[in-house]
Amino acid sequence: MGSAKRAEAPDRGAGGGRAAGSLPGRLYGGLPPRQGPPGFDARLLELGDELRREGVAIGTSELLDAFGALGEVSWTDQRAFREALAATLAKSQEDRRVFEALFERFFFRAVERERVEKGLAERRFSEDGDPEAIDFDSLREVVRAALRAGSDGEMRDLARLSIAALGRQGEGSGVIGVDIQRIRRSLGLRGGGSTEPPEGEADRDTVPTEGLREFERHLRRELERDSVERTRSLPPARPLRELDRALPSAPLQDLAAVHRVAARLKRRLATQGHETRGRRRAEVVDVRRTVRASLETGGVPLRLRHRPRRPRRPELYLLCDVSTSVTSASVFFLSVLHALHDAFGKLRSFVFVERISEVTDLFARERSFAAVSRAIASDAGVADVSGYTDYGRVWLEFLAEVVDDLDPRSTVIVLGDARTNGREPHAAAFGRVAERAGRTFWINPEPKLYWNYGDSVMRAYEPFCDGVYECWSTRQLEAFVNALTDARSGPA
Amino acid sequence: MTVPISSAEAMAARLGEVGYLAGDSAALVTYLATRLGKPVLVEGPAGVGKTELAKALARATERRLVRLQCYEGLDEAKALYEWNYRKQLLRIQTEAPDAGWERVHDDIFGEEFLLSRPLLEAISTPEPVVLLIDEIDKTDQEFEAMLLEVLSDFQVSIPELGVVEARSHPLVLLTSNNSRELTEALKRRCLYLWLDYPDAERELEIVRLHAPEISETTARRLIEVVHMVRALDLKKPPSIAESIDWARALLLLGAEELDAGVFERTLSIIVKHRTDLDLVAERVGVKLAPGGIREARRSA
Repeated sequence: MGSAKRAEAPDRGAGGGRAAGSLPGRLYGGLPPRQGPPGFDARLLELGDELRREGVAIGTSELLDAFGALGEVSWTDQRAFREALAATLAKSQEDRRVFEALFERFFFRAVERERVEKGLAERRFSEDGDPEAIDFDSLREVVRAALRAGSDGEMRDLARLSIAALGRQGEGSGVIGVDIQRIRRSLGLRGGGSTEPPEGEADRDTVPTEGLREFERHLRRELERDSVERTRSLPPARPLRELDRALPSAPLQDLAAVHRVAARLKRRLATQGHETRGRRRAEVVDVRRTVRASLETGGVPLRLRHRPRRPRRPELYLLCDVSTSVTSASVFFLSVLHALHDAFGKLRSFVFVERISEVTDLFARERSFAAVSRAIASDAGVADVSGYTDYGRVWLEFLAEVVDDLDPRSTVIVLGDARTNGREPHAAAFGRVAERAGRTFWINPEPKLYWNYGDSVMRAYEPFCDGVYECWSTRQLEAFVNALTDARSGPA
Repeated sequence: MTVPISSAEAMAARLGEVGYLAGDSAALVTYLATRLGKPVLVEGPAGVGKTELAKALARATERRLVRLQCYEGLDEAKALYEWNYRKQLLRIQTEAPDAGWERVHDDIFGEEFLLSRPLLEAISTPEPVVLLIDEIDKTDQEFEAMLLEVLSDFQVSIPELGVVEARSHPLVLLTSNNSRELTEALKRRCLYLWLDYPDAERELEIVRLHAPEISETTARRLIEVVHMVRALDLKKPPSIAESIDWARALLLLGAEELDAGVFERTLSIIVKHRTDLDLVAERVGVKLAPGGIREARRSA
């Protein structure tokens, strides 16, 4: 990233902005960004760049708006400053989440960099006194009181004091997370309490979870600050997205993840297909609307009205492996698709390990992710004895029981790692299933690299599928669902 | 127009005066909108007061509210302008036989034959208005594209007439229930405001503002219950409007105490789905058992 590129961006926008003429002139003319790296303007452009790297669509006009908005708020109020930037830069809730995470990190780093460059150092608590002199018990009490009151400034000071008192012996462990937990334990802080003053002995030890999280955040910041000061360098900035976008790998992952992905997909699906739904591009004439429109022209049908084209609503048959290696990915996938059931004509789900069993009703009944996982785990029909997946047997059973319902409109989706534990894969049986269905997809929660290694027999099934996808992050899941509902892809 | 609003705090105060308790971000973003002349895109779950914000803003700035309710199939004839065909036909028929083509043509495509719809009306009135484009996510993308000209340049191009420029600068609010992704082009022209359910304290204030006769303790319990219900995974969580309705219903019933019995009888005011009803009765109803929630919470 050259700084020259950043500096020229706003010029381009000011020259070519089509809205410049009609909006209040001072907005676009009055705040020319300074050239070159120092100063706040360059920082804001860097923030924009960093947001772009995280996938937030930020154009020059957004940055100009941000400059305009910052002219209207007081910079001493951090919240107003942040809200003003968020309103102009982050244009969806998803973006807002990224913005929040990044804002915090970016300005922390910007300040720290400045500090390293200028060689400034803060006076440490441990330098103006012996750390032993701090009274732990009273510190503990004060921290608890502050956590209940939820005062931000106080918490920051106390975080620094706690680090001075507890964290600095031997310069910490080097891993910030470990240091935080050690300090928390030394102070005897436990979450789950309420904000009201303690009433009984039992309440005394707990503090509000919200406050505790806030306090840990302060601890983290202060520890990072110390580490920057010690090493005179900034820790590398990791991309945010990959971290919180992986599919759940542990069982009973949070419901929020299901909701987030489902909500995002729902919006995507609702948007999708609009380009083929425009009234002009449809072929079928809508007689009623044409006659109605003709009234305007004295009964002469001058303009034809067309029936809008509806997006494809595939009928889905989901077959999910729920053996221990892939169970959470399967349940997650099932939950997401069931949350989206309006987008599909019909949706039937099956789970299997050694044998297959239908769980469509379960999803209709239970809406909590945790309850579904529990019910599937305890469902006696699927696991049988060994608990090892037997793909071959599953195809034979599916052929016997369900295959008559399949027709060319149906789509079969298999989620599994194709690890047969050395048993017969019965690829021919799978081939017959694929033949009956209009489309067959296989999604594999393992990275492509591991396919066909060991007992994985992806190769045997692949020729029968219309598509095989690796799917271990929510982004890949999105891409898959988009492909699934795309009106123009695949055989009809 | 009275004194112009000079800060986000002043905006919050003014909105408060007209009966809308705005959160920090809502006050700030609407204030920025008045200063920067940008439309605001307001998103959030149903019933958090998105439309209400526009109405309150109109009252607070003493402007008229022009509202365009969006729905699937809304087109420019209903949103922007339409030619009054019947009047044009009449005009042609009453025309003397020797009148030239040019004259008739100029006549029938004049402003006299133009029916202005909300968007055109909003920019062509001499005094500024608040324009509310409600539930923009219900329309299709073509409609969004058509809005772009109005929203960024505040003008409307009518092929037969030319460009109608704004005589005043409307304050524009677009609301969306988040049911589909809006186009980048539209978002780019707007400031973004996410309205969420308010925290307990603010919702309490809102309820007490709209149902002032309700006692402090009952209102507080009511809000606690509503928040508990919202925490469940429901098809349709209760909105602020429903909390207010519930408070009013309790007043009408003369209920002093929000116990299990009252809760069961009035539950349908805040929960509107068969399956949700069962879930709420099962999870929240039991906590309300005879002694009320406070007891139940302590023992939990």
